[in-house]
Amino acid sequence: MASHSLALPMICFTTLWALVGVVAPFLVPKGPNRGVIVTSLILTAVCCYLFWLIAILAQANPLFGPQLKNETIWYLQYYWE
Amino acid sequence: MVFRSEEMCLAQLFLQSGSEYDCISELGELGLVEFRDLNPSVSSFQRRFVSEIKRCEEMERILGFLLREIQKAKIAVPQEDESPLAPPPRQVLEIMEQLQRLEMELSEVAKNKDKLQRNLLELTEYTHMLKITRSFIHSRSRHEALGPQYEEFPTMETDSATGSTGMQRLGAKLGFISGLIQRVKVEAFERMLWRVCKGYTILSYTEVDESLADLDTGEINKSVVFLISFWGDQIGHKVQKICDCYHCHLYPHPENDEERADVLDSLRTRIQDLNNVLHRTDDYLRQVLQKAAESAYAWVVQVKKMKAIYHILNLCSFDVTNKCLIAEVWCPVSDLANLRGALEKGSRKGDATVPSFVNRIPSSDTPPTLLRSNKFTTGFQSIVEAYGVGDYREVSPAPYTIITFPFLFAVMFGDLGHGMIMSLFALWMVLTEKNQKKKRSSNEIWMTFFHGRYIILMMGLFSIYTGLIYNDCFSKSLNIFGSGWSVKAMFTNQQWTNKTVQTNALLTLDPNVSRVFSGPYPFGIDPIWNLAVNRLSFLNSYKMKMSVIVGVIHMSFGVVLSVFNHFVYLLFLPELLFLICLFGYLVFMILYKWLAFSAHNSSQAPSILIHFINMFVMQGKDVTPLYPGQTGLQVFLLLIAVMCVPVLLLGKPLYLYWQQRGGKGLRRRRVINISCTVLQFDFADVLMHQAIHTIEYCLGCVSNTASYLRLWALSLAHAQLSEVLWAMVMRLGFKITTKVGVVFLVPVFGLFATLTVSILLVMEGLSAFLHALRLHWVEFQNKFYHGTGVKFLPFDFSQLPSVFEQDGLL
Repeated sequence: MASHSLALPMICFTTLWALVGVVAPFLVPKGPNRGVIVTSLILTAVCCYLFWLIAILAQANPLFGPQLKNETIWYLQYYWE
Repeated sequence: MVFRSEEMCLAQLFLQSGSEYDCISELGELGLVEFRDLNPSVSSFQRRFVSEIKRCEEMERILGFLLREIQKAKIAVPQEDESPLAPPPRQVLEIMEQLQRLEMELSEVAKNKDKLQRNLLELTEYTHMLKITRSFIHSRSRHEALGPQYEEFPTMETDSATGSTGMQRLGAKLGFISGLIQRVKVEAFERMLWRVCKGYTILSYTEVDESLADLDTGEINKSVVFLISFWGDQIGHKVQKICDCYHCHLYPHPENDEERADVLDSLRTRIQDLNNVLHRTDDYLRQVLQKAAESAYAWVVQVKKMKAIYHILNLCSFDVTNKCLIAEVWCPVSDLANLRGALEKGSRKGDATVPSFVNRIPSSDTPPTLLRSNKFTTGFQSIVEAYGVGDYREVSPAPYTIITFPFLFAVMFGDLGHGMIMSLFALWMVLTEKNQKKKRSSNEIWMTFFHGRYIILMMGLFSIYTGLIYNDCFSKSLNIFGSGWSVKAMFTNQQWTNKTVQTNALLTLDPNVSRVFSGPYPFGIDPIWNLAVNRLSFLNSYKMKMSVIVGVIHMSFGVVLSVFNHFVYLLFLPELLFLICLFGYLVFMILYKWLAFSAHNSSQAPSILIHFINMFVMQGKDVTPLYPGQTGLQVFLLLIAVMCVPVLLLGKPLYLYWQQRGGKGLRRRRVINISCTVLQFDFADVLMHQAIHTIEYCLGCVSNTASYLRLWALSLAHAQLSEVLWAMVMRLGFKITTKVGVVFLVPVFGLFATLTVSILLVMEGLSAFLHALRLHWVEFQNKFYHGTGVKFLPFDFSQLPSVFEQDGLL
């Protein structure tokens, strides 16, 4: 069992997608495709960050736990931390 | 690609009569402008340059014949990368002459070859006939060992009437007719002979081993050599007639063996000579075709360009002085300088005294839409245009589609393994695109996939990402960070003992127990859910909420984009408010429930749907509120949304009415003036349109939000199919533990791979593609996009189709 905090991944991924979506558009060289590339970067950052955020928020406060077969429980008891 | 289509202007080109051909040739090479037809009432036969076009078509006919001959001879036509320019009129006559000469030569050679082959066939048949009839006569003589022999009687005379050699015997003439007849006709022939000649003829026949080609029909048939011996003149005539009727090839029958041997020898030498001549003819023909093939490609391109130029010249009209050709073109404003440059270049090439020039004219027609795109964006542009080409200067959804379309596809497809296979396939297509373009396959399905290679690549890459988040790789989960759920904790806290595990088949982990749940998995769905029996309860709830959140955000984005499109741009505000107040609040409730409720108060966790419905019917008394002040806030939001509806309904008509009465316009400075110049303002008409739009929008909000639930549905279907495939196919292979199992695993994996590719990649991929496309076309684009424009089709040589390419000749 690994103890996961909510804060650390939140900071990590927020900074990551902020880099992609906010900082990287300024680094795109000038050219005929600049508009398309900037739009793509921003949209990618928004979509991917949103998708990850929904996944982690949905699991942050679970209302019920997984129902396992007894064989699985026996296996997990010994092999998982 | 840009935000919206380019600004276009209508321009008039004044082409001097000497240099118009070269100017148009230059424009065709650059592909800058679209020509308008200035003579729409003139039929195509009465146009000015009809004779030139006829000449081009004649040349195309000869080229078609030439290419077909080259293809028959299986010679490859070398294609150059650089296409040659359109030839000036003086060179045209040269090309025409060359082509006509070639055509004559080829047809003569073909005729000669045909004659020679006919000759050869005759000689071959004669040879066969002689050989076979010899065996008849000798076999007969062998059988009739005691019977009368065929004596060597001297010939009386060759009877010219019957053409058959005869032998006199016992006062009556014994005649022979020999020849060849087609195998299929032999039985009928025999029967006819028997009926007509009533037994006075003897027919013997044998099939020829070699199949001979019938030159008239080109078929290869089996022939039969026959020998008819008959008594009497009358019979001879009858037999002759019957032979004619059955299209037999008759050859003179030799008298005796020496004559036969002589004729055979001479035939043999003649056949040999003929074969030699035929070979030489073939070689010569091949040489001629090879030489022609070298310049065939250049000719085809040149003739195509010439014909196109004359077509365009036909669209122009002559001015008053009759010395100058006027053409009207649509030209992008940014390309006007290039246009001028092209005209100057053309004038210089055509040695005109006065250069041609451009004159921009104002126009009230709607210009066509031009959106420039490179090889990456063309695919996405085409799927937007499949719905409809944007209006002039309308915001184009294409640049956003580059990312949102693969993203929505990936939400429905999300599988790491399948995404990787898809990306690799697309990557291969992208890396070999130069070769594929050269090959120019005619398989339509392959060409469709090839044109969409960048789309497939993006879809694959996003699928890898969503596959990692869904934690689904060929229906198995990855455990990279360690699960957040612990089974051991249930034992250490005395919730379970070994006995409980033995006696109960299914047990549920309780997040209320300490240390059972220690935090959410940092990236994606926790891997324990893959092992859980109630996996779908959790995943369904998660995916449905995810679909609604993604849908509301996508639609809001669409409404925001309508700022740039709608005539009265402030109208986007009531639309946005309506959407946000109702469905944005739903999203807020989802997020609040995720954050505020956890395992210890899970029994009081309310159903979001019930609260949402209660909001509409304003009945919040029976259920416990989510948060304090909920009823008040909900009533407030509902009021705002309801107030937005009349604003939406009456805003635009009232604004236009006020404008007509002389009010100051709120329009921003924009090029589009078309719908602004409404002189005859029909209040009722506008009101009706706006009412329809309001109803559509409000009801559409509800139905479109529900429509986004297909993101959940398809991703569930994909995950389930994947799981079934694993459980039913691959696991069976793993279950067998003997050595046989290892060998058995190979075909099992083959079946698994085939079904993965065909069902999960192709079928599910196409399905998710279609649904993502529908979400874009309907739910996203109906918020802001009209798509009723006309596409800009420039006059560009490279865009013109070639007739020969379509026939597969080139």
